[in-house]
Amino acid sequence: MNETPTGTDAMIVATGLRKTYDDFTAVDGIDFTVTRGESFGLLGPNGAGKSTTMRMIACTSQRTGGTLEILGRDTDHHGPWIRAHLGVVPQQDNLDRELTVTENLYIYGRYFGLGKKFINAKVEELLEFAQLTEKRDAKVDSLSGGMKRRLTIARALINEPEILMLDEPTTGLDPQARHILWDRLFRLKEMGVTLIITTHYMDEAEQLCDRLVVMDKGKFMAEGTPAGLIQQHCSREVIEVRFGSERNAEVADQIRDLAVRLEILPDRILMYTDDGERDLARMVERGLHPITSLVRRSSLEDVFLRLTGRSLVD
Amino acid sequence: MTVVSEQSRTWQGALKVVDSQRAIRFGWWYVAEYRLRNLMKWISAVIAFGIGNPVLYLASIGFGVGSLVNHHGNGLGPDGVPYLTFLAPALLATAAIQSTFEEVTFPTMHGLKWENVYYAMTATAVTPNQIATGVMVVAFLRGLFTTIIYWVVLAIAGAFHSPTALLAIPAGMIAGVSFAAVMLALTLRFIDSQNFLASIGRFVITPLFMFSGTFFPLSAIPIWLRWIGWISPLWHATDLGRVLMYGRAVPGWLVATHAIYLVVLGAVAFIIAQRQITKKMTK
Ligand SMILES: Nc1ncnc2c1ncn2[C@@H]1O[C@H](COP(=O)(O)OP(=O)(O)OP(=O)(O)O)[C@@H](O)[C@H]1O
Ligand SMILES: [Mg+2]
Repeated sequence: MNETPTGTDAMIVATGLRKTYDDFTAVDGIDFTVTRGESFGLLGPNGAGKSTTMRMIACTSQRTGGTLEILGRDTDHHGPWIRAHLGVVPQQDNLDRELTVTENLYIYGRYFGLGKKFINAKVEELLEFAQLTEKRDAKVDSLSGGMKRRLTIARALINEPEILMLDEPTTGLDPQARHILWDRLFRLKEMGVTLIITTHYMDEAEQLCDRLVVMDKGKFMAEGTPAGLIQQHCSREVIEVRFGSERNAEVADQIRDLAVRLEILPDRILMYTDDGERDLARMVERGLHPITSLVRRSSLEDVFLRLTGRSLVD
Repeated sequence: MTVVSEQSRTWQGALKVVDSQRAIRFGWWYVAEYRLRNLMKWISAVIAFGIGNPVLYLASIGFGVGSLVNHHGNGLGPDGVPYLTFLAPALLATAAIQSTFEEVTFPTMHGLKWENVYYAMTATAVTPNQIATGVMVVAFLRGLFTTIIYWVVLAIAGAFHSPTALLAIPAGMIAGVSFAAVMLALTLRFIDSQNFLASIGRFVITPLFMFSGTFFPLSAIPIWLRWIGWISPLWHATDLGRVLMYGRAVPGWLVATHAIYLVVLGAVAFIIAQRQITKKMTK
């Protein structure tokens, strides 16, 4: 118990972090630092290496190369010590389906060597936190997907972790459940818990993350705040116009000069500009009348698609 | 809740809340505790099987075969002791092996294959090695529990004639634990193959049971089948049990071999099992 928090505020420091499975490289030399209380997001398409990175941080997957220090200690040599201070929400729930909700929380607390009295009090708090008090004696098998997810998150908090790792925490949840969860995570953040989150939802990333990296094929493609990333990689606004699938390509040449960047998709053209309304008007002045048009702010999703491409990876 | 409600305590953080020294030292016990909790839910079934099994064996083999063997000559079985006495150490070792076998195979399949509960454990301070240790500890406890019940049933049936009969329990348990370590290593090695457990039952357990000097001395079977006994933990434990229990005449070097074989086999298998589970769970 006489462990002092590390002097520095760097919770996680990775340099040149690599992971290979046989001859396949899943994480290909990434560098990052996460500081205390920060909420750090990993975005990336399927197979980008997000979960692999999370597992290396959680000391359940051994790195192939580079360095990785958490709370000032090397993950290769202090796995159990580090894990004692982490909370882990894996991509796939691994609750014990044969046990009840309460038993799942209790037994997990025991793995950290927590005392019965502490756990019992904590379990009550966590049941309330996860809004599972009424389900306390239900078998996990009988819970809905969203309830299971909430239980997994509650379970990860039993040791009051310094760092909470959330691998796609809200995938498969309905909008209500997602918003409740965001609220909970926000409170944790306010209490100073460091959050590491992977997600496929851009709104989630924007809501929860102070800082994001976009990952693809094991590498970091970009890094910054949600707003910073949009500013850096996208124009301010986007015009989406449709001329019908035959004409799109032909029209594109006539409006190329209006946009900072143009993207021609099978069903529509995306024009990245700094002033959508102005440029849409100019287009109409040229006698081009789209079937439908829409002007909107650039989003993280635009950045994401720009950096990682539109085609399916696997 | 710290996180939601007003009347909550404050969030102290894991660095204060978790005694990591203790968590790291006793991880194996927390694994065992988890499994024991689950077992307690089936405790009446565990006891019922614990008693039912020996009673059935005794009814059929002990008394049935025994009366045949005993009537054949002077009322005594092999080694010049009643047949039930001859059989007792073998039955105890078998019971120990059977229960430890179940305790290492099924929970391991459950934890790593059918469900992912072991992966939840290693997200905490618990290490894969400690999971292996915890599994073995529970196997030991369950084996001991079963063996003691078996011993009591045998005692009631009149199998024992001297206080040294108690020594058949540790003899059987050495085999139980040693064999459990082997089975744990095998389960981890072949966890991804289909029908692993069924094949083990058919091709390992049954032959061991038949050819380990269980029902008749090993010397009674053809020499070309005796090797099964020599490698079988069951035979070593049975022979050891007979020596300890009623002083069966066995050369000293062989007694030592029995003990050393079981200990070394178990230790080596356990080390391999730890390596395998660590490799599997940290890749
Ligand atoms: N145990 C493993 N053995 C071999 N290859 C693996 C293993 N785990 C992951 N991979 C591979 O590593 C790559 C990265 O996987 P990872 O699970 O980290 O992706 P991800 O970014 O989390 O994707 P998703 O969004 O689909 O969850 C994938 O190509 C995957 O097939
Ligand atoms: Mg993933």
